[in-house]
Amino acid sequence: MARLVGVDIPRDKKLAYSLRYIYGIGLTTAMATCKEAGIDPEIRVKELNEEQVAAIRDAITKLDLKVEGELRAFVAMNIKRLKDIGSYRGLRHRRGMPVHGQRTKTNARTRKGRKRTVGLGKKG
Amino acid sequence: MARSLKKGPYVDPKLMKKVAAMNEAGSKKVLKTWSRRSMITPEFVGHTLAIHNGNKFIPVYVYENMVGHKLGEFAPTRKFRMHSGDRKK
Repeated sequence: MARLVGVDIPRDKKLAYSLRYIYGIGLTTAMATCKEAGIDPEIRVKELNEEQVAAIRDAITKLDLKVEGELRAFVAMNIKRLKDIGSYRGLRHRRGMPVHGQRTKTNARTRKGRKRTVGLGKKG
Repeated sequence: MARSLKKGPYVDPKLMKKVAAMNEAGSKKVLKTWSRRSMITPEFVGHTLAIHNGNKFIPVYVYENMVGHKLGEFAPTRKFRMHSGDRKK
């Protein structure tokens, strides 16, 4: 039940919180969406009727939210732009290194992936 | 923190003057600059700028979608080093 925008089927949870399962909707936008749709954010998703689901759908389009595929494409395009123009940030993306000037002597494992130990290279 | 919009983008006045002159004359010369902090404005598009990276000048051709970035972003100041073991990446 309760299919919104893409394939998101959050249920049993309160509306505001289950909306957050949609990529691009956090707590703030979830609350704003509820308000726009005129639905109590505390209500459970399974208790929603068809009209209310439609109202939420309308609210998302009305608030002009970039959501799911559209947002992912938007982000990917921005990264691609950075890469194409050869900027420092694009370079960092290409190398899979942190982009915002974090330290890389230690940490930065999220970007760099699992630790690879570097042993002694070829001797001789 | 981002710069206040009220002030508008920062471009080195000297550099701006040179670019404006080039636009007027329609000439395209490689322009050496140390002003890495300057924002790229639409006037720069189509020019080649040699941006100082602290050691030498890196020639950068300015594309349309570079507008809004700073010149320094296109001239890395550090040399990329890696361990001999990791090929690729």
